[in-house]
Amino acid sequence: MQFEVIFEPATLKLFGQGILVSLKLLFISVTIGAVLSIPMAIMRVSRNKWLSTPVWLYTYVMRGTPMLIQVYLIYYGVAQLEFVQSNWDTVPLLMPFKDALFCCVLAFTLNTCAYTTEMLAGAIRDTNHGEIEAARAMGMSRRQLMWRIVLPSALRRTLPAYSNEVIMMLHGTSLASTVPALMDITGAARSVYSDFYLPFEAFITAGAIYLVLTFTLVWCFKLAERRWLAYLQPRKA
Amino acid sequence: MEEYIVNILKGSVLTMEVALGSLAVAVVLGLLGATAKLAQSKPLNWLAGIYSTVIRGIPDLVLMLLIFYGGQILLNKGLELVGYEEYIEINPFLAGVLTIGFIYGAYMTETFRGAIMAIPKGQMEAGYAFGMSKSRVFFHITVPQMIRLALPSFTNNWLVLIKATALVSILGLPDMTMLAKQAASAARDVTPLAPMLFFLFTGAIYLAITTVSLIVLKQLDKRYSMGVRRGEF
Repeated sequence: MQFEVIFEPATLKLFGQGILVSLKLLFISVTIGAVLSIPMAIMRVSRNKWLSTPVWLYTYVMRGTPMLIQVYLIYYGVAQLEFVQSNWDTVPLLMPFKDALFCCVLAFTLNTCAYTTEMLAGAIRDTNHGEIEAARAMGMSRRQLMWRIVLPSALRRTLPAYSNEVIMMLHGTSLASTVPALMDITGAARSVYSDFYLPFEAFITAGAIYLVLTFTLVWCFKLAERRWLAYLQPRKA
Repeated sequence: MEEYIVNILKGSVLTMEVALGSLAVAVVLGLLGATAKLAQSKPLNWLAGIYSTVIRGIPDLVLMLLIFYGGQILLNKGLELVGYEEYIEINPFLAGVLTIGFIYGAYMTETFRGAIMAIPKGQMEAGYAFGMSKSRVFFHITVPQMIRLALPSFTNNWLVLIKATALVSILGLPDMTMLAKQAASAARDVTPLAPMLFFLFTGAIYLAITTVSLIVLKQLDKRYSMGVRRGEF
């Protein structure tokens, strides 16, 4: 084992930048995905077929195909098209595809949004019927019922499942290393591997970094659950 | 164009082989892991705990690269120590199956552990009271009841596993994803839309596989839930 190589300034810098790229990818896609999932989940549970079916189809397709294919589809299928490349300086809609980071964020966001929508829709459906009846009896409109009663409770109850999703997304960001221009944690490890031919040192370092990040996220979500799900915790003797 | 499509379809066979092979490995490791976690031996609990925590905390891709590239060196260093001189190239198919199996064994460990814990203790005790041996109780009493309880989570793991097989393309195994990627760059001259078409086509095959899996596992769930009363509302 030659872990000295890992602790050389150049390698440390590579991994440090990798951590920043991974966290940036995770943070942007998870945030946008979560925000978009709220209206989508409401559409998903709607009794109007024209609203619920498109969302169902979207989540079904995104959850039934590998994220690697989704990344390839956006990066190689769209961003690498000659038509797109020759027009991305002039057409504003195509401009973001210039950036490999954007392509990954787009794929990750679409993916995590699908999973989050299903989770949240499940929590909305599980809302206690008595709560809804009580709100109706108070004379709340449908909109008030959704914003004041159903969503605050459904968002809280989604938290445990959502923490798993965020961790899965952290692991999913490792797929960014399959896009040539991006150097996330896995990408850094792969370049250390190919430069020094040290697979153990490179990938064990990457694995350790991911483990630390995973445990940090688990801890953060535990705190969040203690804050927002306190009323559902088992009573301490 | 047609030959590329046929090629990708042929690749789906390899994808299924990798998926089913690693599922077999994962189930065996999962059963071992679950029994180790529930055993009355501290070192065994500890070992299984580390296995399921560490593996589930690291991305599949990183583990695959570690085991695939690292395993190669480890194997040859080990053989050198024993006095074997020739360099051995690990078969990438075997490496892929063992690696994915090893990773999903950790997820299966949790699935089976939860299922075993949900079986009333009296069931196993009754078996022992009848004079059945430990392995007999496990295979004749625990496992048949465990299947029903483990199926929902097993279904989830299987769906994630199939999609994870796409990662073996990065290790150089000619599965569906790799063939699609090759076809995408080869057929670019024919039509610039080739990459998009091939990836959409491959995605559709994955979707078909997951859909069929869901239908089959639902039937299995019905079969194993016969005679069980669900909560009635």
